[in-house]
Amino acid sequence: MSDLKQVTDSTFAQEVLEREKPVLVDFWAPWCGPCRQIAPILDQIAAEYGDQIEIVKVNTDENPEITAKYGVLNIPLLNVYVGGQVAKSIVGAKPKRALLKDLEDFIG
Amino acid sequence: MAVEVSEPRSVIIIGSGPAGYTAAIYTARAGLKPLVFEGSVTAGGALMNTTEVENFPGFADGIMGPDLMDNLRKQAERFGAELVSDDIVEVDLSGPVKRVVDGAGESHTALTVIVATGSGYRELGLPDEKRLSGRGVSWCATCDGFFFRDKDIVVVGGGDTAMEEATFLTRFARTVTVIHRRDHLRASKIMQTRALENPKIAFAWNSEVVGILGEERVEGVRLRDTVTGEERTHETAGLFIAIGHDPRSELFRGQLDLDGEGYLKVASPGTQTNLPGVFACGDVVDHVYRQAITAAGTGCAAAIDTERFLTALDDADLAV
Repeated sequence: MSDLKQVTDSTFAQEVLEREKPVLVDFWAPWCGPCRQIAPILDQIAAEYGDQIEIVKVNTDENPEITAKYGVLNIPLLNVYVGGQVAKSIVGAKPKRALLKDLEDFIG
Repeated sequence: MAVEVSEPRSVIIIGSGPAGYTAAIYTARAGLKPLVFEGSVTAGGALMNTTEVENFPGFADGIMGPDLMDNLRKQAERFGAELVSDDIVEVDLSGPVKRVVDGAGESHTALTVIVATGSGYRELGLPDEKRLSGRGVSWCATCDGFFFRDKDIVVVGGGDTAMEEATFLTRFARTVTVIHRRDHLRASKIMQTRALENPKIAFAWNSEVVGILGEERVEGVRLRDTVTGEERTHETAGLFIAIGHDPRSELFRGQLDLDGEGYLKVASPGTQTNLPGVFACGDVVDHVYRQAITAAGTGCAAAIDTERFLTALDDADLAV
């Protein structure tokens, strides 16, 4: 199990929207195989680029409000929030290098 | 880029899933210390996208696909397999020492290679497919079905996967319409019956998807009748694509013999490819059975073929 912080419907505003640093939110669910596949990649990115971007998780099963609010239709979905707005949406599992490329506006 | 100059290993396995992990279990248990490239996001293979696996022998009550893969992985690790969650991006399999290059650009060498790269899902090939992927177009019912609660959705395909997905999706969706280009299904009897008897599943026979509609998200599909050629619009919030798989064999083209559909050719019965010391197993070879248990079976066969090949090499060395 990942050590990344689990954010909930009630903590989302504080833990994501009000942060100064960009926050990557991993929308996931326990029954989603590809979510399991990218989890270790996100752990690595968090360890390597934690000074530039925060990575947190939202369990879509347990947090229907945030999941509905952001119109999540496919998981894994990685949204990057900057200043409370979605600055980037990445859909589906990708290799680490492809993810880093997608995130190059926020890290580097 | 650092060049690997150390002694070649005995065996490198490319791919995971039931075939790759079973080959890893057997070669590890034989003391060959396999190096396994599981794939960076494909680790575990096709079963990672399934829910309950009901027909894998030995699990009387069924087992979840991802759990089965976790078990196989742990079993391989227990006997000393070295697992790397990276892809192989380049191979040179021709000589007595095989060389593979991983996604980070690092080279690895071995006397034998077992290819178990499996297959990837097929796309419809429509221009709007990519654009609306993540906006209602999906290849993974178990991942995304949950988000279509009380919606009307469609599944494209007529095989086992399509029936499994359609049946699974009825847990969430209000209705599921299976779109199939023929007037009968290709799926196995049990999967067909389950889908045909499900009151929430409807069938659009002799229909193919020729367009996906919607700006921000999927709102409908354009269907063409394969008999009359007439087109019509079918409203839907979600499009689940299950029209089959293609072997992941591109990496080996030009080195290993492929058949017309891109499957690796092996000396049957057996797992030997056209190159000595290179063996292949699982869905990248098999377009007939394509089951977890048959993949595991050929993974085992590839491991035994590899072991015998290495023993013969040793004997030849001793004889010199």
